[in-house]
Amino acid sequence: MIAAPAARAWPGPRRRLARASAAAGLIVPLSLLVLWQMGAHRGWITPQILPAPDAVWAAAADLWDSGDLQANIAVSLRRVAEGGAAGTLAGLLLGAAMGLSPAIEDYLKPTFLALAQVPSLALIPLLMMLLGIGEALKLVVIAKATLVPVALNTHRGIRAVPADYKEVGALFRFSRAQTLRRIVLPAAAPPIFTGLRYGLSHAWLALVAVELLASTEGLGYLLVWGRQMFQLDTVLVAMAAIAAIGLALDRSLAFGEARFARWRAPA
Amino acid sequence: MSRRALRGAVLPMLLLAAWEGASRTGLADPRLLPSPEAVAAAAWHGATGGGLPGHLAISICRDLAGFALGAAAGLPFGFLLGLSRVARTLLGPGFDAVRQIAVFAWIPLIAMWFGIGETAKIVFIAIAAFAPVALNTAEGVRSASRDLLEVGAVFRFTRAQRIRRIFLPGALPSILTGVHLGLINAWLATIGAEYFMTAGSGIGGLVIEGRDRFDMAQVMLGVLLLATTGFAFNAIAAAGEKRLLRWRRV
Repeated sequence: MIAAPAARAWPGPRRRLARASAAAGLIVPLSLLVLWQMGAHRGWITPQILPAPDAVWAAAADLWDSGDLQANIAVSLRRVAEGGAAGTLAGLLLGAAMGLSPAIEDYLKPTFLALAQVPSLALIPLLMMLLGIGEALKLVVIAKATLVPVALNTHRGIRAVPADYKEVGALFRFSRAQTLRRIVLPAAAPPIFTGLRYGLSHAWLALVAVELLASTEGLGYLLVWGRQMFQLDTVLVAMAAIAAIGLALDRSLAFGEARFARWRAPA
Repeated sequence: MSRRALRGAVLPMLLLAAWEGASRTGLADPRLLPSPEAVAAAAWHGATGGGLPGHLAISICRDLAGFALGAAAGLPFGFLLGLSRVARTLLGPGFDAVRQIAVFAWIPLIAMWFGIGETAKIVFIAIAAFAPVALNTAEGVRSASRDLLEVGAVFRFTRAQRIRRIFLPGALPSILTGVHLGLINAWLATIGAEYFMTAGSGIGGLVIEGRDRFDMAQVMLGVLLLATTGFAFNAIAAAGEKRLLRWRRV
């Protein structure tokens, strides 16, 4: 916050410098791209190892025009939304219950921490036997992946609310509901939001894993399908889509997180 | 025992009792939920004659080999990004872009390039370990204190001295965080590699084989082993980190 006014005093050179460095950041990727294209067309790189960039671009255009790419993206996003929502809801409830009641924390926390130690990926084969390979499997895997960070951060966030704040509340004779709404919730909101962000990135990772292991649609399935058909270009397009959507999801929550931090700063 | 520990034990005991009760009364299909005794028997059988220790050793060696490779590449790359502005400008954006790929999405590509044998698994584990090590090393080196650098300038430190006396100790906490995260990622990747590239042995291979035979006891045992091994790695890394950073608290 202290550096900001200084930066505003000389916007010109700084912005020019930032633009120049962003352009410089493109040098290596662009040269690699050119080298890749040249290598592919002169036969240095066989298409079985790495298809040419224009071939990958053409594959992306094909997948887009046929609607396959959008359809698979839609399936993946729906799964993340459903599983993520279920996991977030359960994680918020569990984290809040453990954060607000020491008794509940005593009863549930050891079991919860033990469950948190089991990677969602490791559970997939076991859940496949219990749930089959349908949508229920995806829902449970993604919900579990989301639940753990959300519950942990909610729990920690509520626990970290300073005792002074609560004393002020007691002074005002706040009711339980008032204490929650006026003191606990605002103070714990930033860490809870951080938990949501971690939850979403875990959900995306779990989605890719579960779609690779057991799915007939979605971006992960597109990867598997591309591999089985020996279509490296499809695999590369799916990887790029996974990276882009993962980044977009994370950035949208990071934006929200920053808003929260700013709203909190003056107080 | 404290009241706290007693309370914590209630839920696991209830679950265990429900599990035992469900399999005794035949409420649960033993194919879907084998009795606790059946799982314990599978563990005993595996540990004594079924080659479970061998599978575990293979998984751990694979994990450490991939981790070592990834960390050995990530440390110098992180130092390069942290020390050199030019390197950061040229390589940073590319690294950031590649980092966005959810790690399991590498598997099909790696399988097409390297097959599904040992090489492919180790390469995949190395990729998973590389990113957190490189990222945290770069951040740690970059945040080396300006004051200390000025002190170094006063003492006319050479470049090598600057790296050894200022950058390395200053960045150590962050580097160790990266190594710790790399170790966690490497174990996840080991599980992933063994699940997706099913050739060869290892605990993950055992789980997949158990699933194919619908042997729930073997699957439960395998998942339990994967989780406890990960937990042990994490605990060892945390203890090592604490030990190596003891000097800071003085």
